[in-house]
Amino acid sequence: MRLSPRLTQAFVVSLLGLATAVTLVILIFVIVFILRKGLPAIDMEFLFTKPQDMGRAGGILPTIVASVLLPLIAVAIAAPLGVSTAVYLTEYTRESRVTRLIRFGADCLAGIPSILFGLFGFIFFVTILQMGWSLLSGGLTLALMILPTIIRTTEEAIRAVPNSYREVSTSLGATRFRTTAKVVLPNALPGIVTGIMLGVGRSIGETAAVIFTAGSSLRMPSSIFDSARTMSVHFYILAREGLSSEKAYGTAAVLIISVLAVNMVAYGLMNRFIRKRS
Amino acid sequence: MEGLYSGETMGPMPVKFSIQQLSTFYGSVQALRSLSMDVATNRILGVIGPAGSGKTSFLRTLNRLNDLLPDFRVEGRVLLDGSDIYGPDTDPVLLRRRIGMVFAMPVPLPMSIYENLVYGPKLTGIRDYQRLGEIVEKSLRAAYLWDEVKDRLNLPALRLSGGQQQRLCLARTLALGPEVILLDEPSSGLDPISTARIEEALAELKSSYTIILVTNNTKQASRVADETAFFLMGELVEIGPTEKIFTAPGDSRTEDYVTGRFG
Ligand SMILES: Nc1ncnc2c1ncn2[C@@H]1O[C@H](COP(=O)(O)OP(=O)(O)O)[C@@H](O)[C@H]1O
Ligand SMILES: [Mg+2]
Repeated sequence: MRLSPRLTQAFVVSLLGLATAVTLVILIFVIVFILRKGLPAIDMEFLFTKPQDMGRAGGILPTIVASVLLPLIAVAIAAPLGVSTAVYLTEYTRESRVTRLIRFGADCLAGIPSILFGLFGFIFFVTILQMGWSLLSGGLTLALMILPTIIRTTEEAIRAVPNSYREVSTSLGATRFRTTAKVVLPNALPGIVTGIMLGVGRSIGETAAVIFTAGSSLRMPSSIFDSARTMSVHFYILAREGLSSEKAYGTAAVLIISVLAVNMVAYGLMNRFIRKRS
Repeated sequence: MEGLYSGETMGPMPVKFSIQQLSTFYGSVQALRSLSMDVATNRILGVIGPAGSGKTSFLRTLNRLNDLLPDFRVEGRVLLDGSDIYGPDTDPVLLRRRIGMVFAMPVPLPMSIYENLVYGPKLTGIRDYQRLGEIVEKSLRAAYLWDEVKDRLNLPALRLSGGQQQRLCLARTLALGPEVILLDEPSSGLDPISTARIEEALAELKSSYTIILVTNNTKQASRVADETAFFLMGELVEIGPTEKIFTAPGDSRTEDYVTGRFG
């Protein structure tokens, strides 16, 4: 039996709606579940004091600091590198075997399990370069891990900038560099920021790659050469060692709230930026 | 043909562009076929011809915009005030500041009206706020847009109507202080009133600029152009005073085209 176009349409629309609803419900379920278990553990003391007795008591302040610093270091390294690479690939080279190879490499790198990055970081940064377990080793490792994502999302964003903008800028006497800086990048910015935010999100949540490279010291780091424990690592250790499920869920709740907050701020800034221009 | 025509009627008008056996290629596709012609200073040259006849390619060769395409290639010579624009001494970036271009579809950059207008001047190093303000007002007035936007120069340019956007693009080109203005079917997407405004502006501009106006509307060429060139399949079929092209063309293909019998 053949369905009429209208019925098919209605069927497809309801399927899509259903998929969306399922996604939403799962997402909300996860968030609510963790918040319900974790929120009761959160108070001023939890947020602003050091852990006691390996995390069984006290707060999580050093892990919050580490979770802020580590993604910052990673992004500070990966964003300039990644954006420059993407600009080079899209605006300054012709499509060739080399560019395709770089792109292929980036895609492969993006698919590698993070524990392998951790292992690499441990061997290369921690051991060979003798950086030890430190925020720097961890940041460099995370930077490598998020670099492909930043390159690819930036590339896509740059490609989506209408060619007519480049032509207009060029026809007004702009060099390629000026055109890139004043027209291409501002118009690609929302996409670039999205890529960087994906990197931030992945860095905040990463555990395997971090535990091997930044270590798991519970002391407050005083420089990027100190070892430190992020919230995700803390959560992992608390849960695995069975130290305190209450503190573990509290940590997870803070983690989730931070990720949501970071994304909301980025989203808000982006919207304001776009509205000012069109 | 070039010798005949330029000797005959251009007389004292100095030559702005001297185009000699110009051929252009996109990879293996040839767009222009050995074009030779002179373009007189401070006149309007209309370029007409059916779609695909090479009109856009011609304009984009004159300001070297096709340099952006990796497979583009030029043969022959294009002399601007006697020097070859494809010669080794020409910096295409500086060249484009002397040769402004208005595209078929208005393309305001996604920034404010003001920022669109000062984009070119700022690239040349003009920073003085007052000087920029003067340039903005002068260009907008010349493009017949000043009265409509003078109170809202900070509005995103994309919020203007299509006709206003195209006049903004003309003003933005004028703000460069160019010697030549290339217009590629500037009124193809516009209503008759906006078109009239643009034509009015052009008529006044020709005293100080050399204008090349590509148009898919033969009536427009007959209204505003001093000389008209007819392109067909990448060849220059004929160039001459507009009146002659429209009343007594030398080639039957030109006649077919201007009388609408083309097909
Ligand atoms: N970027 C390009 N790549 C390949 N071929 C092109 C390109 N632009 C134009 N052409 C070809 O060149 C010829 C002339 O096109 P064009 O200059 O746009 O003509 P017109 O402006 O008169 O319509 C056409 O055959 C067109 O297909
Ligand atoms: Mg065209």
